[in-house]
Amino acid sequence: MKTRADEIALYLKRRARWSPLEIAFWVFAFATIWLFPSKYLILKDTAILALFALSLDLILGYAGIISLGQAAFFGLAGYFSGLVAKYGIINEPVIALICSGLVAAALGFVTSFLVLRGSDLTRLMVTLGVSLMLGEIANRYSNITGGADGLQGVDIAPILGLFRFDLYGHNGYVYCLVVLFVCFVIARRLVYSPFGLSLRSVKGNTLRAAAIGIPVKWRLVAIYTISAGFAGIAGALLTQTTAFCSLDVFSLERSADLLLVLIIGGTGYLYGGLIGAVIYKFLQDWIANLTPQYWQFWIGLVLVVIVLVGRERMAGWVRAVRGAIARLGTRLAPRSAALGGAAPDGR
Amino acid sequence: MLTILFDGVAYGMLLFVLACGLSVTLGLMNFINLAHGAFAMAGGYCTVILVNRLGVPFALGLPIAFLFTALLGGVFERTLYVHVYPRSHLDQVLFTIGLVFMSVAAVDYTMGSSQQFVQIPDALQGQFEVAGIGMGKYRLLIIVICGLLTIVLQLILAKTRFGSRLRAAVDDQRVARGLGINVGAVFGITFAFGSGLAGLGGALGAEILGLDPTFPLKYMIYFLIVVTVGGTSSITGPFFASILLGIGDVAGKYYVPKLGAFVIYAIMIAVLIWRPQGLFARGTAR
Repeated sequence: MKTRADEIALYLKRRARWSPLEIAFWVFAFATIWLFPSKYLILKDTAILALFALSLDLILGYAGIISLGQAAFFGLAGYFSGLVAKYGIINEPVIALICSGLVAAALGFVTSFLVLRGSDLTRLMVTLGVSLMLGEIANRYSNITGGADGLQGVDIAPILGLFRFDLYGHNGYVYCLVVLFVCFVIARRLVYSPFGLSLRSVKGNTLRAAAIGIPVKWRLVAIYTISAGFAGIAGALLTQTTAFCSLDVFSLERSADLLLVLIIGGTGYLYGGLIGAVIYKFLQDWIANLTPQYWQFWIGLVLVVIVLVGRERMAGWVRAVRGAIARLGTRLAPRSAALGGAAPDGR
Repeated sequence: MLTILFDGVAYGMLLFVLACGLSVTLGLMNFINLAHGAFAMAGGYCTVILVNRLGVPFALGLPIAFLFTALLGGVFERTLYVHVYPRSHLDQVLFTIGLVFMSVAAVDYTMGSSQQFVQIPDALQGQFEVAGIGMGKYRLLIIVICGLLTIVLQLILAKTRFGSRLRAAVDDQRVARGLGINVGAVFGITFAFGSGLAGLGGALGAEILGLDPTFPLKYMIYFLIVVTVGGTSSITGPFFASILLGIGDVAGKYYVPKLGAFVIYAIMIAVLIWRPQGLFARGTAR
C-alpha cells in the first residue's frame, strides 16, 4: 500500500523526467558548434540572450512578477566582471562568473523587498527605476566605469587557464553554451521541485497559497534573488566574451526586448526563453538585413500582433503541434509514452 | 535660485499637460499605456510640419496639433486599444511597447533622426526680469497656457455632467455602468482628449524637451513617475507630482549635473515604497 506522500513523490519524479524532445533539443544545441562554424558570433549572442530570458521566465512565468528591470542585474554583473578582470582581482573567468552571479543575486535580494510591494504598475516602475538608477550611477562614476565610452581595456584570462577566447569566437561560444546548459539544468531542477510547485500555486492564487501554509513572501524573495543571479551570469558572459561593457546594458530597450523574447517563446515552461531567443535573433538578423535602420518597427509590429491575436490562442497552436509530435513519437517508439507526462504542461 | 524655481514650474506644468491623459487612462480603465508619449510626439511633429514647412502661425499650429492628436488618439482607441482593455497587464505593456517601437521607427523613417525645432515667433523669444528673476517669455507662456488648462480641466471634472460621469466611472466602473453611464463612450472621449492634451504638450514642449524620434522612450518614464507618484484618483495628485518632479529635475540637473536623473528615480522609489498607491491617493484601495 503506497502512502500519499510516495504517490506525490512519484508524480513529481515522473514529471521531472527528461523527455526525448528535450534531449534532442540539447543535442542539436551542442551540435551547432560543429554545424555552423561561421556563425559563432550570433550564436553566442543568442546563447547569452537565452540565459537572460531564462532568468526572466523564472520570475514572470513561474512567479507572475512583471519586471522591466532585469537589465539592472545584467548590467551590474557585466560591469563587475569587467572590472575584476581589468584590475586583475579575479583572473579566472569561471570564478569571476560565479562571483558576478552572486553580486547580482545580492542586489536582487535587496531590491526584492521593494518589488514585492504594490500592484503591477508599481512593480514595473520600481524595477525600471532601479535599473535606470544604476545606469545613472555608472554614468556618474565614469572614472571607474568609463562612462559613455564604455569599459575598455578588459583583458579576460583563458577559461580554466586552458582555453583562450579566440578571434573566431569558437571557445567563447562553447563557454556560453556550457554555462547556459548548466544554468538551465539548475533552473529545471528548481521548477520541478516542490519549491517550484509552490511558486506556481503562488502565481495561481496568492491568497489560497498563503492559506495552505506557503510562505508567499519568502518564496517570491527567493525566486527573485535566484533570477537576478541568472541575469547576472548572462551579463557577465557578455562582458567576458566581448571584453567590453557599455552603459546600454542598463537601458530600457534591453529589458523591453527581453520581454519580447520571452513572449515569442512563451512563458512558464523554461524553453520559452531559449526558443524565443533563437527566433528573435534570427528575426533581428533577417530584418536588419532587409532594412538596417528600421528593424525596430517590425519588432514592434510583431509585439502588437502577438497581443491582438492573443497569447493563449498562440499557445494553443503550439500545444497542438507539440501534441502531434508527441503522438508521432509514441507511434515510432513505444518507450516515449512518458512524453505526455513529462512534457512541460505550461503555456 | 528663483529662476530655477520658475523653470522648474514651467517644466512641471508641461509634464502635467503631457501626463494627465495617462492618469485618466490608468485610473479609469486600469490600463497601462506606455505609448502615451507617442501621441505627444505626434503633436510635436505635427506642429513642426505646420509651422516650419507650411508657414502656419504658431498660435494656430497649437490648436491644430491638439485636434490632430485627439483625432489620432480616438481612432487608435476605437480600433486597437479596445481589444486590449480586458487583457492582463503584461499584455498591455507588451502591446503599448510595441506601439512605441513602431512609432519611433516610423517617425525616424518619415522625418529623419535629427532633432527638430519649432520656429517660435520672435515676440516669444528672449527674457525679461521681474524683481530680479530672469523669466523666459516662452516659459511664461507655457505656465499661463498650462495653468489655464489645469483650471479648465478641474472645472470640467468638478462642474459638468460629463465630469461627474467620468468621476463616477473612475470610482466604480460596474456601478456606473449599472446607473446607465456609457462607460465605453466616456472613456473613448477621455482618451481622445487626453491624447490631444499630450499632443499639445508635445507641441509646446518641443522647444524645452527636445523633439526627436526617441521622444516616447525618453519621456515615458517621466509620465509614469507623474502618474504613479501622483496617484490616479484625482487631477490634483498628478498636478502636484508633476510640479514637484519638474522642480526636482531642473534643480537636480543644475546643482548636481553629473548625477543626472538619479535624484528623480531615487525619490520615485522612495515614494512608492512609502505609499505604493501614490502620494496623493485616497486611503481606500480598490
